[in-house]
Amino acid sequence: MPSPIPSEVILEARDLTREFDGVKALDKFSLKLHRGQVLGLLGANGAGKTTAMNCMLGLTLPTSGGLYAFGKELQSHRIEILRRANFSSAYTALPANLLVWQNLLVFAKIYRVPKPKERIAELLEMMEITHLHKRVTGQLSAGESTRVNLCKALLNKPELLLLDEPTASLDPDIADKVRKIVLRIRSELNCGILYTSHNMKDIEEVCDHLMFLHKGKVVMEGTPKDIVERSSSSTLEDVFIKIARDGEIVDETAKKEEVAP
Amino acid sequence: MSLHVIQALVLRYLFLYTRSPMRLIELIFWPVVELVIWGYLTLFIQENTTGDFPRIIVFLLGAMILWDVIFRAQQGVAISFLEDVWTRNLLNVFVAPVRTVEYLAATFCVGFLRILVTVTVLGLVAGLMYAFNIFTLGWALLPFFMNLMVSGWALGMISTALILRWGQAAESLAWAVPFFIQPFIAVFYPVSAIKPEWVQTISWALPPTHVFEGMREVLKTGVFAWDKFFWAAGLNIIFLTAAGMVFFYMLTLTRRRGLLTKFATQ
Repeated sequence: MPSPIPSEVILEARDLTREFDGVKALDKFSLKLHRGQVLGLLGANGAGKTTAMNCMLGLTLPTSGGLYAFGKELQSHRIEILRRANFSSAYTALPANLLVWQNLLVFAKIYRVPKPKERIAELLEMMEITHLHKRVTGQLSAGESTRVNLCKALLNKPELLLLDEPTASLDPDIADKVRKIVLRIRSELNCGILYTSHNMKDIEEVCDHLMFLHKGKVVMEGTPKDIVERSSSSTLEDVFIKIARDGEIVDETAKKEEVAP
Repeated sequence: MSLHVIQALVLRYLFLYTRSPMRLIELIFWPVVELVIWGYLTLFIQENTTGDFPRIIVFLLGAMILWDVIFRAQQGVAISFLEDVWTRNLLNVFVAPVRTVEYLAATFCVGFLRILVTVTVLGLVAGLMYAFNIFTLGWALLPFFMNLMVSGWALGMISTALILRWGQAAESLAWAVPFFIQPFIAVFYPVSAIKPEWVQTISWALPPTHVFEGMREVLKTGVFAWDKFFWAAGLNIIFLTAAGMVFFYMLTLTRRRGLLTKFATQ
């Protein structure tokens, strides 16, 4: 797995807190996403991943803390930032009764993509779904829909890409294709990707850096390999389960550092 | 405000309508049914009474068509928003570089297009079946249409704001809101018929009342009621601004409470 040297920070969350009826869904959450990096957000259901993602997309306003993209404050430069970013989620859809090309053309125009028809053809080819061009979006399979959604997310050649569980409900073959596409996008566009998933294979294969969330707090972070080693676990899935059940994990490295004179 | 973005959003609605004949039928079916029923009723009364009824049929059919202008404009805003909710596309739009005013402007355009389709069909049906010429109102038709369309947009923003606030459980408001004011805006009867009299004060505070009273005046005297036009336009500016503020407030509240994503992915 390529591990690019961290460069320019393109997305930053500083001490982000988000409360819902007195419960902290995010608690002083901080993050730095570099250009060319794939950063994975992990955690059990309710850990705060989606809230973090929604705050970063400007869909939910944080209770306190700051959010910056390309060095600019998110809320006051929202449109400017969104033109350079894009998003795809397993939980959203494109209008079902439109044809694939119609949906993509609308978003290409919204993002002011030059030569939209050519760009759409290029992306459909990249995703190996050129044959779906004139198909009704609502009649696509889950795997086809995911790839069409990814086409939408890549229309504007985003510098910042937020992917929310892009392989959810996909079979292993299509999930593998999607992972390869994500890596290809990263290397071709040199964009920063924020990635959430419950699929540990995804995470190990795609992400350079991971952040484990529990009850809105970052409880562990590092490279996938590093995290497994530090937690004396055999797999990333073990780490996930330990954190989800116990809420914390013994960081062996930190322990050794404490003991050392 | 970017015209490109508005154009793209309108294009999406055009694709939606052209891809779904049922949507087009819905635009025409109910207004035509209403028009036919009202038309037959007034013809029946006309044949069985004497006096001023030829004018009354013109009033009723004119009112019927103009009421649809408000309703279709309101639907243009509210239903366009619901289309995004139903298709789970709302998040894609809200995380795209689309300003709220651009989104609203696109729904206003959809409202305008819906009016064009409905009024053209109603005008043709009224002309063919009842020899009612919608242009009896002459040039007065245009400023009246504009005023009613703006009232419809304002009602559309209020409906959408309420749906944003209370979620999909409040969807029926997309159809109900115009009917909350219908009894008070003197669509089919003059303001003087509204009782008790203090309710008339409420009626005069609503912009469409001035349009419907103005329409009756044009049909009766042939003179354009400028005072009614300016009252309607002035009140419309106030109503549209207030509705816009309510919409922006509700949208901010929804974002602050984190309800937008839950609502959009339900």
